[in-house]
Amino acid sequence: MGIELLRHPFVIFLVGALLVAVTRGNLRKALLLLTPVIGGINILGLEAGTTVEFAFLDYTLIPLRVDRLSLLFGYLFHLAALIGNIFALHLRDEDNARVQHTAALLYAGSALGAVFAGDMITLFVFWELLALTSVFLIWARKTERSIKAGFRYLVIHVLSGVILLAGTLLRAHQVGSLEFGDIGLDGSLAGWLILLAFGIKAAFPLLHNWLTDAYPEGTATGTVFLSAFTTKVAVYALARSYAGTEILIYVGAVMTCFPIFYAVIENDLRRVLGYSMINQIGFMVCGIGIGTALAVNGAVAHAFSDVIFKGLLFMCMGSVLHMTGRMNGSDLGGLYKSMPITTVLCIVGAASISAFPLFSGFVSKSMVMAAVLQEGHVWVWPALLFASAGVFHHAGIKIPYFTFFAHDAGIRTTEPPGNMLVAMFIGAGLCITIGSRPSLLYGILPYVTDYTPYDVTHVLTQTQLLWFGALAFIGLQKTGIYPPELRSVNIDAEWTYRWMAPRLVRGIGGAVARVDSAVRGAVIGTVQRVMHSATRSHGPHGILARTWPTGSMVLWVAVLLAAYLVFYF
Amino acid sequence: MSEHGPHTTDDGRTYLFDDPKNVDRFVNGFYVVCVVLVILDFVVHRHISHRWENLWAFHALYGFGACWMLVVIAKQMRRVLMRDEDYYDGD
Repeated sequence: MGIELLRHPFVIFLVGALLVAVTRGNLRKALLLLTPVIGGINILGLEAGTTVEFAFLDYTLIPLRVDRLSLLFGYLFHLAALIGNIFALHLRDEDNARVQHTAALLYAGSALGAVFAGDMITLFVFWELLALTSVFLIWARKTERSIKAGFRYLVIHVLSGVILLAGTLLRAHQVGSLEFGDIGLDGSLAGWLILLAFGIKAAFPLLHNWLTDAYPEGTATGTVFLSAFTTKVAVYALARSYAGTEILIYVGAVMTCFPIFYAVIENDLRRVLGYSMINQIGFMVCGIGIGTALAVNGAVAHAFSDVIFKGLLFMCMGSVLHMTGRMNGSDLGGLYKSMPITTVLCIVGAASISAFPLFSGFVSKSMVMAAVLQEGHVWVWPALLFASAGVFHHAGIKIPYFTFFAHDAGIRTTEPPGNMLVAMFIGAGLCITIGSRPSLLYGILPYVTDYTPYDVTHVLTQTQLLWFGALAFIGLQKTGIYPPELRSVNIDAEWTYRWMAPRLVRGIGGAVARVDSAVRGAVIGTVQRVMHSATRSHGPHGILARTWPTGSMVLWVAVLLAAYLVFYF
Repeated sequence: MSEHGPHTTDDGRTYLFDDPKNVDRFVNGFYVVCVVLVILDFVVHRHISHRWENLWAFHALYGFGACWMLVVIAKQMRRVLMRDEDYYDGD
């Protein structure tokens, strides 16, 4: 077991992170590149069916379980770690480079630990590690906002872990097993708790706000890592444990639709990408809810595509932030003049997320769409189609348009450092490769598939959908209906815990304080009144506490004795 | 993170889309593709998977309508949802 554990993908990243933490300069850069490469070679040698397990009390723990589903995410996370590390290679000491590099490797390792976990306790450990390691990529920005957003992020994710643990223990008690396998909703509380924990990390509606709160506050390079791992681990966990759970079809459909409205009116372009991310996860959740081979294939294939193209878009925005210090649509524009290469790479990412034929989103999202119709969900399909048009609108057009075109904000800068460009080129290359050679992706999906994305109908209808969506954009711009980018905040579910809860606590606190002071006042008043009357009667001048002169006592004794004598005789 | 400021504000050069004619050319090219895509709907025999797809140029109409509606509704949402940029600051 010991030797096999050394081949655990997490162990390689842990060693890499420890070495990165104590080195600097070119050695550290080499380690940053070597860790995912060595990890990648290792994982290519892992065979489906390999497991490492040991007994723990009455239960079996399985820290390593290799099958087609975990391998797919394993490949993906190695790729994402490599691209992310290349993108962050230029970081200097003043950027908290040591912290960021170490945290990023540990974070990627935790994601790998979670997808190769075969039992719920191991999953729980990596679930919490994901939060603890990734928060440093937010804090490393070192602004007041990022520190606060990081704390909120941490609290929510640790809470998700605690709920996961509660569900796990309850389930272990009920079914006597800790296996991380099919769970589903059988009406038990444990099933619901675990789904809730997964749902928080997957950014289900109303539980989603940690994502759009924290991701825009991360560092220019850190958010690229953030976008790759946390939510995709959740998608993996849902695919493993809740495939075919009907409620997920509707949860997914809502997730595809509601964020795009926010994305249209959001000014911070990385927050726009955050909303767009929830929209894309919606397609995956929907596919998992349908649960057929085609649907689950589609869901995980789309997770694969999404990590690459969303990573590419976050890298493009990270480059812009790095070079200009700005991220609001209202402050940007005209950057195609000084960042033409970044512009083209961003358009590749935009075309991929929009699912244009020949780009990666087209070959993965369409599997979910096809599965929805195959299973007869005729009312879910129009919602997903609406969201497909909408994603092109806010991510495909809005992001490149307001950053690189629109009105010229007068910014003249240069292309980002070479390492950033290389990372973006790799991302863009993968988007086009997957889009034009889908068999490469289809070959590693969990179920064997004969799905063909490219037929005349599909290419034509998808192009019509997107092209006329763009036509609407042009129409809205020309008529002046399109809302301008404004410096603003839009209220979302976070309002409940960032605005209402503090005021509620303060309000309740104030009321309690008022009642408390009234009660105290009444009691103190009563005590004071009692004291006052006691003082009056028993105090130094009180009638009952007065000191009497000795002479008068003698007089009274004499009077008593005289009276006694009189009565005696 | 080192976030550099903008380097210069203007370099006096004229770029592709500084010339309104180029913008028009781009947009006109775009319209042409739209027309071609709609004409193709007459030529190509599409598979129908959802009954709405029986409608002529359904995907084009739906894409246009969806995006238009999305923006109009989102714009109205601003009336309810939009707050100052520093709304949450100080909490």
